[in-house]
Amino acid sequence: MRKTRKMPQKKRVTDVADQSAKQGGGPVIKIAFFVVLALVLISGLIFAPEHPGLAIHPMDQFEIKPLFGGDHLGTFTPTNQTLWMVLAIVGIVLLLVVGSRGRAIVPTRGQSLAELAYGFVYKMVEDVAGKDAVKYFPGIMTLFMFILFANFLGLIPTSFTATSHIAVTAVLALIVFVFVTVLGFVKNGMGFLGLFWVSAAPLPLRPVLAIIELISYFVRPVSHSIRLAGNVMAGHAVIKVFAGFAAALGVFSFLPILAISAVYALEVLVAFIQAYVFTILTCVYLKDALHPSH
Amino acid sequence: MASNTHQTADAAHGGADAAGMPQLDFSTFGNQIFWLVVTLVVIYFVLTKIALPRIEAVLSERRGTITSDLAAAEDLKQKAVEAEEAYNKALADARAEANKIVAEARAEIQGEVDAAAAKADAEIAAKAAESEAAIAEIRAGAVDSVKAVAKDAAKEILATMGYKADAKSITAAVNARMKG
Repeated sequence: MRKTRKMPQKKRVTDVADQSAKQGGGPVIKIAFFVVLALVLISGLIFAPEHPGLAIHPMDQFEIKPLFGGDHLGTFTPTNQTLWMVLAIVGIVLLLVVGSRGRAIVPTRGQSLAELAYGFVYKMVEDVAGKDAVKYFPGIMTLFMFILFANFLGLIPTSFTATSHIAVTAVLALIVFVFVTVLGFVKNGMGFLGLFWVSAAPLPLRPVLAIIELISYFVRPVSHSIRLAGNVMAGHAVIKVFAGFAAALGVFSFLPILAISAVYALEVLVAFIQAYVFTILTCVYLKDALHPSH
Repeated sequence: MASNTHQTADAAHGGADAAGMPQLDFSTFGNQIFWLVVTLVVIYFVLTKIALPRIEAVLSERRGTITSDLAAAEDLKQKAVEAEEAYNKALADARAEANKIVAEARAEIQGEVDAAAAKADAEIAAKAAESEAAIAEIRAGAVDSVKAVAKDAAKEILATMGYKADAKSITAAVNARMKG
Protein backbone atom coordinates (compact mmCIF):
# COMPACT_ATOMS: atom_id res chain seq x y z
CA MET A 1 0.00 0.00 0.00
CA ARG A 2 2.73 2.30 1.07
CA LYS A 3 4.86 1.39 -1.89
CA THR A 4 2.21 2.28 -4.40
CA ARG A 5 1.73 5.60 -2.75
CA LYS A 6 5.43 6.33 -2.67
CA MET A 7 6.20 5.49 -6.28
CA PRO A 8 4.37 8.35 -8.01
CA GLN A 9 5.95 10.78 -5.60
CA LYS A 10 9.41 9.60 -6.49
CA LYS A 11 8.63 9.73 -10.17
CA ARG A 12 7.39 13.26 -9.89
CA VAL A 13 10.61 14.27 -8.15
CA THR A 14 12.75 12.79 -10.92
CA ASP A 15 10.51 14.35 -13.55
CA VAL A 16 11.01 17.75 -11.97
CA ALA A 17 14.76 17.15 -11.88
CA ASP A 18 14.72 16.15 -15.55
CA GLN A 19 12.81 19.25 -16.48
CA SER A 20 15.15 21.53 -14.58
CA ALA A 21 18.14 19.81 -16.21
CA LYS A 22 16.58 20.30 -19.63
CA GLN A 23 15.83 23.92 -18.89
CA GLY A 24 19.37 24.43 -17.58
CA GLY A 25 21.18 22.42 -20.27
CA GLY A 26 19.05 23.30 -23.29
CA PRO A 27 20.01 26.92 -23.84
CA VAL A 28 23.70 26.25 -23.22
CA ILE A 29 23.78 23.54 -25.88
CA LYS A 30 21.80 25.71 -28.26
CA ILE A 31 24.09 28.68 -27.73
CA ALA A 32 27.17 26.51 -28.21
CA PHE A 33 25.67 25.10 -31.39
CA PHE A 34 25.00 28.53 -32.84
CA VAL A 35 28.43 29.82 -31.84
CA VAL A 36 30.08 26.91 -33.63
CA LEU A 37 27.87 27.45 -36.63
CA ALA A 38 28.77 31.14 -36.75
CA LEU A 39 32.48 30.33 -36.49
CA VAL A 40 32.19 27.83 -39.32
CA LEU A 41 30.30 30.34 -41.47
CA ILE A 42 32.81 33.13 -40.82
CA SER A 43 35.78 30.87 -41.45
CA GLY A 44 34.06 29.67 -44.61
CA LEU A 45 33.81 33.28 -45.80
CA ILE A 46 37.39 34.13 -44.87
CA PHE A 47 39.12 31.03 -46.19
CA ALA A 48 36.91 30.46 -49.21
CA PRO A 49 38.95 29.71 -52.34
CA GLU A 50 39.00 32.50 -54.89
CA HIS A 51 37.75 30.21 -57.59
CA PRO A 52 35.29 27.82 -55.99
CA GLY A 53 35.03 24.59 -57.85
CA LEU A 54 34.97 20.90 -57.26
CA ALA A 55 38.51 19.81 -56.45
CA ILE A 56 37.98 16.34 -55.06
CA HIS A 57 41.07 14.21 -54.84
CA PRO A 58 40.16 11.70 -52.18
CA MET A 59 42.99 9.31 -53.02
CA ASP A 60 45.83 11.85 -52.88
CA GLN A 61 46.18 11.35 -49.15
CA PHE A 62 47.25 7.75 -49.70
CA GLU A 63 50.11 8.60 -52.00
CA ILE A 64 53.51 7.39 -50.94
CA LYS A 65 56.23 9.99 -51.40
CA PRO A 66 59.90 9.99 -50.47
CA LEU A 67 60.23 11.76 -47.13
CA PHE A 68 63.28 13.88 -48.04
CA GLY A 69 62.22 14.96 -51.51
CA GLY A 70 63.30 13.55 -54.82
CA ASP A 71 61.34 11.39 -57.21
CA HIS A 72 63.17 8.12 -56.88
CA LEU A 73 61.48 5.56 -54.64
CA GLY A 74 63.79 2.65 -53.90
CA THR A 75 63.12 -0.20 -51.52
CA PHE A 76 64.94 1.47 -48.64
CA THR A 77 63.87 5.07 -49.25
CA PRO A 78 62.22 6.54 -46.14
CA THR A 79 58.73 7.71 -47.13
CA ASN A 80 55.88 9.55 -45.49
CA GLN A 81 54.54 6.10 -44.62
CA THR A 82 57.85 5.26 -42.93
CA LEU A 83 57.56 8.44 -40.88
CA TRP A 84 54.12 7.53 -39.55
CA MET A 85 55.15 3.96 -38.84
CA VAL A 86 58.06 5.31 -36.81
CA LEU A 87 55.64 7.62 -35.02
CA ALA A 88 53.50 4.56 -34.26
CA ILE A 89 56.57 2.94 -32.69
CA VAL A 90 57.14 6.13 -30.69
CA GLY A 91 53.52 6.08 -29.55
CA ILE A 92 53.73 2.44 -28.51
CA VAL A 93 56.95 3.09 -26.61
CA LEU A 94 55.37 6.11 -24.90
CA LEU A 95 52.30 4.11 -23.89
CA LEU A 96 53.80 0.78 -22.89
CA VAL A 97 57.38 1.58 -21.88
CA VAL A 98 57.33 5.18 -20.63
CA GLY A 99 53.82 4.71 -19.22
CA SER A 100 54.85 1.71 -17.14
CA ARG A 101 58.25 3.03 -15.97
CA GLY A 102 56.94 3.70 -12.44
CA ARG A 103 56.20 0.00 -11.83
CA ALA A 104 53.85 1.17 -9.11
CA ILE A 105 51.58 -1.18 -7.18
CA VAL A 106 48.98 1.58 -7.30
CA PRO A 107 49.27 2.66 -10.94
CA THR A 108 49.45 6.17 -12.32
CA ARG A 109 47.18 7.16 -15.20
CA GLY A 110 49.74 6.24 -17.85
CA GLN A 111 50.49 2.92 -16.23
CA SER A 112 46.78 2.16 -15.96
CA LEU A 113 46.45 2.66 -19.71
CA ALA A 114 49.43 0.40 -20.39
CA GLU A 115 47.99 -2.27 -18.08
CA LEU A 116 44.58 -1.83 -19.68
CA ALA A 117 46.02 -2.46 -23.16
CA TYR A 118 48.00 -5.44 -21.87
CA GLY A 119 45.03 -6.95 -20.03
CA PHE A 120 42.69 -6.34 -22.96
CA VAL A 121 44.79 -8.28 -25.47
CA TYR A 122 45.94 -10.90 -22.95
CA LYS A 123 42.38 -11.71 -21.96
CA MET A 124 41.34 -11.83 -25.60
CA VAL A 125 44.09 -14.35 -26.41
CA GLU A 126 43.28 -16.41 -23.34
CA ASP A 127 39.51 -16.40 -23.86
CA VAL A 128 39.40 -16.88 -27.63
CA ALA A 129 42.49 -18.96 -28.43
CA GLY A 130 42.84 -20.81 -25.14
CA LYS A 131 45.40 -21.03 -22.37
CA ASP A 132 48.03 -22.74 -24.52
CA ALA A 133 47.97 -19.81 -26.95
CA VAL A 134 49.28 -17.43 -24.32
CA LYS A 135 52.87 -17.96 -25.45
CA TYR A 136 52.00 -16.29 -28.78
CA PHE A 137 50.60 -13.29 -26.92
CA PRO A 138 53.57 -10.95 -27.64
CA GLY A 139 53.12 -11.40 -31.39
CA ILE A 140 49.40 -10.72 -31.21
CA MET A 141 50.05 -7.74 -28.95
CA THR A 142 52.51 -6.45 -31.59
CA LEU A 143 49.86 -6.70 -34.30
CA PHE A 144 47.19 -5.06 -32.17
CA MET A 145 49.33 -2.17 -30.99
CA PHE A 146 50.69 -1.49 -34.49
CA ILE A 147 47.23 -1.46 -36.12
CA LEU A 148 45.72 0.57 -33.28
CA PHE A 149 48.40 3.23 -33.41
CA ALA A 150 48.55 3.34 -37.21
CA ASN A 151 44.76 3.77 -37.32
CA PHE A 152 44.63 6.49 -34.66
CA LEU A 153 47.66 8.39 -35.93
CA GLY A 154 46.05 8.30 -39.37
CA LEU A 155 43.10 10.23 -37.93
CA ILE A 156 45.32 13.28 -37.33
CA PRO A 157 44.58 15.68 -40.21
CA THR A 158 47.25 15.71 -42.93
CA SER A 159 48.87 12.59 -41.51
CA PHE A 160 49.37 9.32 -43.35
CA THR A 161 47.55 6.09 -42.52
CA ALA A 162 49.82 3.09 -42.92
CA THR A 163 46.95 0.62 -42.49
CA SER A 164 45.06 2.11 -45.44
CA HIS A 165 47.48 0.35 -47.77
CA ILE A 166 46.65 -3.13 -48.90
CA ALA A 167 50.38 -3.95 -49.08
CA VAL A 168 50.67 -3.37 -45.33
CA THR A 169 47.52 -5.20 -44.28
CA ALA A 170 48.22 -8.04 -46.70
CA VAL A 171 51.64 -8.57 -45.14
CA LEU A 172 50.06 -8.55 -41.68
CA ALA A 173 47.40 -11.03 -42.77
CA LEU A 174 49.95 -13.24 -44.53
CA ILE A 175 52.18 -13.31 -41.48
CA VAL A 176 49.20 -14.53 -39.48
CA PHE A 177 48.12 -16.99 -42.19
CA VAL A 178 51.55 -18.55 -42.73
CA PHE A 179 52.33 -18.67 -39.03
CA VAL A 180 48.98 -20.24 -38.15
CA THR A 181 49.16 -22.81 -40.95
CA VAL A 182 52.73 -23.86 -40.14
CA LEU A 183 51.89 -23.98 -36.44
CA GLY A 184 48.84 -26.12 -37.18
CA PHE A 185 50.90 -28.71 -39.04
CA VAL A 186 53.74 -28.62 -36.51
CA LYS A 187 51.39 -29.09 -33.55
CA ASN A 188 48.93 -31.56 -35.06
CA GLY A 189 50.76 -33.10 -38.01
CA MET A 190 48.30 -34.35 -40.59
CA GLY A 191 45.61 -34.08 -37.91
CA PHE A 192 45.45 -30.40 -38.83
CA LEU A 193 43.62 -31.46 -42.00
CA GLY A 194 40.77 -32.51 -39.69
CA LEU A 195 39.91 -28.82 -39.74
CA PHE A 196 38.52 -29.38 -43.25
CA TRP A 197 36.89 -32.74 -42.56
CA VAL A 198 33.62 -31.90 -40.82
CA SER A 199 33.06 -35.08 -38.82
CA ALA A 200 29.71 -33.81 -37.55
CA ALA A 201 28.22 -33.86 -41.07
CA PRO A 202 26.87 -36.96 -42.83
CA LEU A 203 29.59 -38.87 -44.71
CA PRO A 204 28.46 -38.14 -48.31
CA LEU A 205 28.46 -34.41 -47.59
CA ARG A 206 31.93 -34.32 -46.10
CA PRO A 207 33.96 -34.06 -49.36
CA VAL A 208 31.78 -31.15 -50.51
CA LEU A 209 32.16 -29.45 -47.15
CA ALA A 210 35.89 -30.10 -47.24
CA ILE A 211 36.18 -28.19 -50.53
CA ILE A 212 34.13 -25.32 -49.12
CA GLU A 213 36.18 -25.30 -45.92
CA LEU A 214 39.42 -25.34 -47.93
CA ILE A 215 38.32 -22.40 -50.07
CA SER A 216 37.17 -20.44 -47.03
CA TYR A 217 40.50 -21.17 -45.35
CA PHE A 218 42.44 -19.68 -48.24
CA VAL A 219 40.09 -16.70 -48.47
CA ARG A 220 40.88 -15.88 -44.84
CA PRO A 221 44.02 -13.78 -45.49
CA VAL A 222 42.24 -11.92 -48.29
CA SER A 223 39.23 -10.94 -46.18
CA HIS A 224 41.48 -10.40 -43.17
CA SER A 225 43.58 -7.81 -44.99
CA ILE A 226 40.98 -6.16 -47.20
CA ARG A 227 38.59 -5.68 -44.28
CA LEU A 228 41.13 -3.53 -42.44
CA ALA A 229 42.53 -1.59 -45.38
CA GLY A 230 39.08 -1.14 -46.94
CA ASN A 231 37.47 0.24 -43.78
CA VAL A 232 40.26 2.66 -43.07
CA MET A 233 40.63 3.79 -46.69
CA ALA A 234 36.89 4.26 -47.23
CA GLY A 235 36.48 6.42 -44.14
CA HIS A 236 39.40 8.65 -45.04
CA ALA A 237 38.24 8.95 -48.63
CA VAL A 238 34.71 9.91 -47.54
CA ILE A 239 36.09 12.63 -45.30
CA LYS A 240 38.18 13.93 -48.18
CA VAL A 241 35.19 13.93 -50.54
CA PHE A 242 33.16 15.97 -48.06
CA ALA A 243 36.14 18.30 -47.69
CA GLY A 244 36.04 18.80 -51.47
CA PHE A 245 32.34 19.70 -51.22
CA ALA A 246 33.14 22.15 -48.43
CA ALA A 247 35.64 23.90 -50.68
CA ALA A 248 33.05 24.19 -53.45
CA LEU A 249 29.98 25.27 -51.49
CA GLY A 250 31.28 28.64 -50.17
CA VAL A 251 28.82 29.98 -47.57
CA PHE A 252 27.14 26.62 -47.17
CA SER A 253 30.41 24.86 -46.48
CA PHE A 254 29.26 24.31 -42.90
CA LEU A 255 27.00 21.49 -44.09
CA PRO A 256 29.79 19.18 -45.30
CA ILE A 257 31.95 20.30 -42.38
CA LEU A 258 29.28 19.07 -39.96
CA ALA A 259 29.11 15.85 -41.96
CA ILE A 260 32.89 15.53 -41.72
CA SER A 261 32.63 15.88 -37.93
CA ALA A 262 30.09 13.07 -37.84
CA VAL A 263 32.14 10.82 -40.13
CA TYR A 264 35.24 11.59 -38.11
CA ALA A 265 33.50 10.44 -34.93
CA LEU A 266 32.55 7.25 -36.74
CA GLU A 267 36.15 6.86 -37.92
CA VAL A 268 37.44 7.07 -34.36
CA LEU A 269 35.17 4.14 -33.58
CA VAL A 270 36.23 2.27 -36.72
CA ALA A 271 39.93 2.81 -35.92
CA PHE A 272 39.54 0.89 -32.67
CA ILE A 273 37.03 -1.67 -33.88
CA GLN A 274 39.11 -2.67 -36.90
CA ALA A 275 42.21 -3.16 -34.75
CA TYR A 276 40.07 -5.23 -32.39
CA VAL A 277 38.52 -7.27 -35.22
CA PHE A 278 41.89 -7.99 -36.81
CA THR A 279 43.28 -9.16 -33.48
CA ILE A 280 40.32 -11.29 -32.48
CA LEU A 281 40.30 -12.98 -35.90
CA THR A 282 43.99 -13.72 -35.43
CA CYS A 283 43.08 -15.35 -32.12
CA VAL A 284 40.33 -17.38 -33.79
CA TYR A 285 42.73 -18.61 -36.49
CA LEU A 286 45.27 -19.44 -33.80
CA LYS A 287 42.66 -21.46 -31.95
CA ASP A 288 41.92 -23.39 -35.16
CA ALA A 289 45.62 -24.17 -35.49
CA LEU A 290 45.95 -25.37 -31.90
CA HIS A 291 42.65 -27.27 -31.75
CA PRO A 292 41.69 -28.18 -35.32
CA SER A 293 38.87 -30.57 -34.38
CA HIS A 294 35.44 -29.04 -34.74
CA MET B 1 47.16 27.14 -55.40
CA ALA B 2 50.66 25.92 -55.89
CA SER B 3 49.99 22.89 -53.73
CA ASN B 4 46.77 22.31 -55.63
CA THR B 5 48.51 22.14 -58.99
CA HIS B 6 51.18 19.99 -57.40
CA GLN B 7 48.49 17.64 -56.11
CA THR B 8 46.73 17.41 -59.44
CA ALA B 9 50.04 16.76 -61.10
CA ASP B 10 50.73 14.05 -58.54
CA ALA B 11 47.27 12.62 -59.02
CA ALA B 12 47.80 12.52 -62.74
CA HIS B 13 51.12 10.82 -62.17
CA GLY B 14 49.54 8.33 -59.75
CA GLY B 15 46.59 7.82 -62.07
CA ALA B 16 48.92 6.93 -64.90
CA ASP B 17 50.58 4.45 -62.56
CA ALA B 18 47.69 2.73 -60.82
CA ALA B 19 44.30 3.89 -62.01
CA GLY B 20 43.97 6.56 -59.27
CA MET B 21 44.54 4.21 -56.35
CA PRO B 22 47.96 4.61 -54.74
CA GLN B 23 47.20 1.33 -52.93
CA LEU B 24 47.53 -0.52 -56.22
CA ASP B 25 50.79 1.12 -57.24
CA PHE B 26 52.93 -2.01 -57.11
CA SER B 27 56.17 -0.07 -57.46
CA THR B 28 55.85 1.04 -53.83
CA PHE B 29 55.12 -2.44 -52.43
CA GLY B 30 58.74 -3.40 -51.85
CA ASN B 31 59.37 -0.21 -49.95
CA GLN B 32 56.19 -0.57 -47.89
CA ILE B 33 56.85 -4.19 -47.01
CA PHE B 34 60.45 -3.47 -46.06
CA TRP B 35 59.53 -0.64 -43.69
CA LEU B 36 56.54 -2.54 -42.29
CA VAL B 37 58.72 -5.52 -41.43
CA VAL B 38 61.29 -3.21 -39.81
CA THR B 39 58.51 -1.55 -37.80
CA LEU B 40 57.01 -4.84 -36.69
CA VAL B 41 60.39 -6.24 -35.66
CA VAL B 42 61.15 -3.10 -33.65
CA ILE B 43 57.75 -3.18 -31.94
CA TYR B 44 58.10 -6.90 -31.25
CA PHE B 45 61.49 -6.42 -29.60
CA VAL B 46 60.37 -3.41 -27.60
CA LEU B 47 57.37 -5.39 -26.36
CA THR B 48 59.12 -8.68 -25.60
CA LYS B 49 62.30 -7.18 -24.12
CA ILE B 50 60.95 -4.24 -22.14
CA ALA B 51 57.24 -3.51 -22.06
CA LEU B 52 55.49 -6.84 -21.60
CA PRO B 53 57.82 -8.35 -18.94
CA ARG B 54 57.62 -5.13 -16.98
CA ILE B 55 53.82 -4.91 -17.08
CA GLU B 56 53.57 -8.63 -16.33
CA ALA B 57 55.87 -8.17 -13.32
CA VAL B 58 53.81 -5.23 -12.06
CA LEU B 59 50.56 -7.14 -12.47
CA SER B 60 51.83 -10.29 -10.76
CA GLU B 61 53.36 -8.20 -7.99
CA ARG B 62 50.02 -6.51 -7.49
CA ARG B 63 48.25 -9.88 -7.47
CA GLY B 64 50.76 -11.09 -4.87
CA THR B 65 50.28 -7.99 -2.75
CA ILE B 66 46.52 -8.31 -2.89
CA THR B 67 46.65 -12.03 -2.06
CA SER B 68 49.00 -11.52 0.88
CA ASP B 69 46.93 -8.58 2.10
CA LEU B 70 43.81 -10.70 1.93
CA ALA B 71 45.59 -13.50 3.79
CA ALA B 72 46.75 -11.03 6.44
CA ALA B 73 43.20 -9.71 6.74
CA GLU B 74 41.90 -13.27 7.12
CA ASP B 75 44.55 -13.91 9.75
CA LEU B 76 43.63 -10.78 11.68
CA LYS B 77 39.97 -11.68 11.47
CA GLN B 78 40.76 -15.14 12.89
CA LYS B 79 42.72 -13.49 15.67
CA ALA B 80 39.83 -11.16 16.43
CA VAL B 81 37.46 -14.12 16.63
CA GLU B 82 39.88 -15.92 18.94
CA ALA B 83 40.24 -12.83 21.12
CA GLU B 84 36.49 -12.53 21.35
CA GLU B 85 36.21 -16.18 22.34
CA ALA B 86 38.91 -15.73 24.99
CA TYR B 87 37.12 -12.66 26.26
CA ASN B 88 33.80 -14.49 26.47
CA LYS B 89 35.47 -17.41 28.20
CA ALA B 90 37.16 -15.10 30.72
CA LEU B 91 33.85 -13.40 31.30
CA ALA B 92 32.09 -16.70 31.91
CA ASP B 93 34.91 -17.86 34.20
CA ALA B 94 34.76 -14.63 36.18
CA ARG B 95 31.01 -14.96 36.50
CA ALA B 96 31.29 -18.55 37.71
CA GLU B 97 34.02 -17.55 40.16
CA ALA B 98 31.89 -14.69 41.43
CA ASN B 99 28.93 -17.03 41.88
CA LYS B 100 31.14 -19.47 43.72
CA ILE B 101 32.46 -16.75 46.01
CA VAL B 102 28.96 -15.50 46.66
CA ALA B 103 27.78 -19.03 47.51
CA GLU B 104 30.75 -19.57 49.79
CA ALA B 105 30.19 -16.27 51.54
CA ARG B 106 26.53 -17.04 51.86
CA ALA B 107 27.31 -20.50 53.33
CA GLU B 108 29.81 -18.99 55.74
CA ILE B 109 27.41 -16.32 56.85
CA GLN B 110 24.68 -18.94 57.19
CA GLY B 111 27.00 -21.01 59.34
CA GLU B 112 27.80 -18.05 61.53
CA VAL B 113 24.16 -17.14 61.80
CA ASP B 114 23.30 -20.73 62.70
CA ALA B 115 26.05 -20.88 65.29
CA ALA B 116 24.95 -17.58 66.80
CA ALA B 117 21.34 -18.75 66.84
CA ALA B 118 22.31 -22.02 68.49
CA LYS B 119 24.34 -20.17 71.07
CA ALA B 120 21.50 -17.78 71.69
CA ASP B 121 19.08 -20.71 71.97
CA ALA B 122 21.39 -22.41 74.45
CA GLU B 123 21.69 -19.23 76.46
CA ILE B 124 17.97 -18.76 76.38
CA ALA B 125 17.45 -22.35 77.44
CA ALA B 126 19.98 -21.90 80.28
CA LYS B 127 18.26 -18.71 81.36
CA ALA B 128 14.87 -20.38 81.17
CA ALA B 129 16.13 -23.35 83.22
CA GLU B 130 17.63 -21.00 85.75
CA SER B 131 14.41 -19.01 85.93
CA GLU B 132 12.39 -22.21 86.30
CA ALA B 133 14.67 -23.31 89.11
CA ALA B 134 14.23 -19.94 90.73
CA ILE B 135 10.49 -20.16 90.22
CA ALA B 136 10.44 -23.71 91.70
CA GLU B 137 12.48 -22.51 94.59
CA ILE B 138 10.19 -19.61 95.10
CA ARG B 139 7.20 -21.93 94.80
CA ALA B 140 8.75 -24.31 97.34
CA GLY B 141 9.49 -21.34 99.53
CA ALA B 142 5.90 -20.21 99.17
CA VAL B 143 4.55 -23.65 100.20
CA ASP B 144 6.77 -23.67 103.27
CA SER B 145 5.61 -20.19 104.14
CA VAL B 146 2.01 -21.22 103.62
CA LYS B 147 2.69 -24.19 105.94
CA ALA B 148 4.19 -21.95 108.57
CA VAL B 149 1.38 -19.41 108.21
CA ALA B 150 -1.24 -22.20 108.35
CA LYS B 151 0.38 -23.68 111.53
CA ASP B 152 0.60 -20.29 113.10
CA ALA B 153 -2.93 -19.43 112.08
CA ALA B 154 -4.27 -22.81 113.30
CA LYS B 155 -2.43 -22.44 116.65
CA GLU B 156 -3.72 -18.90 117.05
CA ILE B 157 -7.27 -19.96 116.16
CA LEU B 158 -7.10 -22.88 118.66
CA ALA B 159 -5.69 -20.61 121.31
CA THR B 160 -8.42 -18.12 120.77
CA MET B 161 -11.06 -20.79 121.01
CA GLY B 162 -9.55 -21.91 124.31
CA TYR B 163 -7.97 -25.14 123.23
CA LYS B 164 -4.48 -26.01 123.86
CA ALA B 165 -2.76 -28.03 121.24
CA ASP B 166 0.85 -29.06 120.88
CA ALA B 167 2.85 -28.05 117.94
CA LYS B 168 3.33 -31.60 116.70
CA SER B 169 -0.31 -32.45 116.14
CA ILE B 170 -0.95 -29.11 114.49
CA THR B 171 1.89 -29.64 112.06
CA ALA B 172 0.64 -33.12 111.22
CA ALA B 173 -2.88 -31.82 110.73
CA VAL B 174 -1.71 -28.98 108.46
CA ASN B 175 0.50 -31.32 106.45
CA ALA B 176 -2.39 -33.72 106.05
CA ARG B 177 -4.66 -30.92 104.89
CA MET B 178 -2.17 -29.49 102.44
CA LYS B 179 -1.59 -32.83 100.83
CA GLY B 180 -5.02 -33.45 100.16
